Amino acid sequence: MTQANLLETAARLRRELGDGYHDKLMEAIYGDAAQIADQSVSRDEQQARLTFDRWLDRALTHPVAGFLVMGLLFFAVFWITITGANVPSSMLADFLLGVVYNWLHMGAAALHAPAWLSGLLIDGVYMATAWVISVMLPPMAIFFPLFTLLEDFGYLPRVAFNLDRLFAKAGAHGKQSLSMMMGFGCNAAGVVATRIIDSPRERLIAIITNNFSICNGRWPTLILMGTIFIGAIMPPALASTLAAASVVVIAVLGIVTTLVVSWALSKTWLKGEASVYSLELPPYRPPQIWRTLYTSLIDRTIIVLWRAVVMAAPAGAVIWLSGNIFIGDMSIAGHMVNWLNPFGLLLGLNGVILVAYIVAIPANEIIIPTILMLTLTLGRNIAGAQAGVMLELDEAQVHTVLTQVGGWTLLTGVNLMLFSLLHNPCSTTIMTIWNETKNLKWTTVATLLPLGLAFLVTFLTATAARLAGLA
Amino acid sequence: MSAEACHTCPVYSQSALKRLGVDVGQAGYVVALAGNPNTGKSTVFNALTGLRQHVGNWTGKTVARAEGGFTFGDKIYKVVDLPGTYSLLSTSVDEEIARDFILFGRPDVTVVVADATRLERNLNLTLQILEITDRVVVALNLIDEAKRHGITIDDRHLARRLGVPVVPMAARKMQGVPELLQAIEAVATRAFVTRPHRIQQRDPQLEHAIRQLVAGLERDFPGMPNVRWVALRLLDGDPSIVEAVRSGTLAHDQLPQVPTLTQEAPLPEAIAV
Repeated sequence: MTQANLLETAARLRRELGDGYHDKLMEAIYGDAAQIADQSVSRDEQQARLTFDRWLDRALTHPVAGFLVMGLLFFAVFWITITGANVPSSMLADFLLGVVYNWLHMGAAALHAPAWLSGLLIDGVYMATAWVISVMLPPMAIFFPLFTLLEDFGYLPRVAFNLDRLFAKAGAHGKQSLSMMMGFGCNAAGVVATRIIDSPRERLIAIITNNFSICNGRWPTLILMGTIFIGAIMPPALASTLAAASVVVIAVLGIVTTLVVSWALSKTWLKGEASVYSLELPPYRPPQIWRTLYTSLIDRTIIVLWRAVVMAAPAGAVIWLSGNIFIGDMSIAGHMVNWLNPFGLLLGLNGVILVAYIVAIPANEIIIPTILMLTLTLGRNIAGAQAGVMLELDEAQVHTVLTQVGGWTLLTGVNLMLFSLLHNPCSTTIMTIWNETKNLKWTTVATLLPLGLAFLVTFLTATAARLAGLA
Repeated sequence: MSAEACHTCPVYSQSALKRLGVDVGQAGYVVALAGNPNTGKSTVFNALTGLRQHVGNWTGKTVARAEGGFTFGDKIYKVVDLPGTYSLLSTSVDEEIARDFILFGRPDVTVVVADATRLERNLNLTLQILEITDRVVVALNLIDEAKRHGITIDDRHLARRLGVPVVPMAARKMQGVPELLQAIEAVATRAFVTRPHRIQQRDPQLEHAIRQLVAGLERDFPGMPNVRWVALRLLDGDPSIVEAVRSGTLAHDQLPQVPTLTQEAPLPEAIAV
């Protein structure tokens, strides 16, 4: 047992050296590093100090101005996204859901394809996919490059710096602000990013709350709801401003929820003190604009869109089948929607939305297409509307379909935004949480706690709105 | 002028670079990229492999290992981009991934990407890595930013003190990549014999303790290249090193299956903002 001997010797020597050992070692390393650096580096004191960088840092991390700038920047990003996406979105919808859709049906008729087959493939698979593309592609193609430019410039660590104080007060690790930022792209990536947090307690808090960072799959839902329900309250000139503001409010609400849930967890289940750490603010770098545009279009937009399309195609088939296979006098989807409707209405939502969220567990991206297809399919059966109406859905028509066929109100729109923010993570994220924690209990908590919170909050807003006579 | 002259020219060596992306195949050499956070490891990684790993201007962007490859000369190199760390002495998962790879993965060359604008802090990590492995190349990155800040670095002096090649670079502008390739090749093939700097222990009692443990380690694990560093960590009571000694996984022939080396990030659609 020589190894055991070796370890015993090490333990004995460690005791002899005492507590100062680690410090002595660090001192030796730092001393050598300082000496070598000192001899190798020369500074030109005449050179203008980077006063601009310093001035910018002071403004961007100022306790008050920092938050103002943060709000304004995010607002600007959403405003540009919403106003910029309007026209291409409706052009795409006209083309894919109008022109191409009609071609496909004409082609199917010419080939004498049976109705069930053309229904499944064209009204199911194709339509879900086309909707995903026309709803998601334009806002993503604008939003991702803008966000990446901010990141490239070095702004995100400043946001983390601003939020750090708040996280410390919530009993969480300051680095959680970084994994939270990562979650704004993809929660699965955000959960992996919590590896930078060394304390298991704080890492669990970061994993559980990462869901409240709005991911790629949810931005389009929020932007669309903000545009057609909230922006529409205002005269057209102010509509996109209000729409953008509503999305910012939801995103900020996500950060607030992250902080509140972190605080609650660190006071109850995951008790403990916040660790100390250092956060480095990188230098500002002029963004490489063309490279950023290229990589964010290829890496992000196309990948997200591809994932959505891959999920949407089978989902389209499932929706079409469940809407067209009848049990008794009602389709399967009809049964499910009717069954969930009372609960949905209690939450200020409806049965269609809840069924859509069950279908969309693999990917949040397909929520809107699923809702539209279910509303139209069931609306045709329930409200007796004509088959195949209003397929070229631009934003105004989406609004018409949801309000007139689906019976939506402003409350439904607002609560869908809240539900989208709070509800359970997608299946990819749940798998990632399992991989990172290997713990059934915490994976379950990370999945069900957000869902419970979503039920609670939407129930409260619905009840409050009803009591106030607003809905 | 003979063709020989061309072969020593950095421009020639750039043309000898063939980026392989993720298609590494039978790699002759393994190159690890280590360094402090946000020094441009991923940019250097992309420059070498031709991959487009997402590069972010912030700390902690890479938390798992990314792998790619290139050929240079007639050899295939596998490149492993490690998470950025300030030190190899603490315990967060990302630092452990970096530390375990350098220690147990035994890369043929470890490229330490250092930020020229913050040399002293970057040297802290460099010195720790030099304690573990002597096959190191220092990529002195962001040299253009340093110039903008009025900082000049005597890279020859630095190379002499560290005992390993130092390559000034601006990886974002692809400057210094040919020189880096040559340095990697020289260290990998042992054409360049490094004389790594050793941390000076000024405390005689500590020096004695280290020597005692080194002797024991050399007896139990003959041929292990980084005994001094393992001794330092044993003195610190590092649990994963203690465990590696106890189970014998420190021994060379039992190395290939270290858990963290097969641990891949579960990121099928890893889209980071």
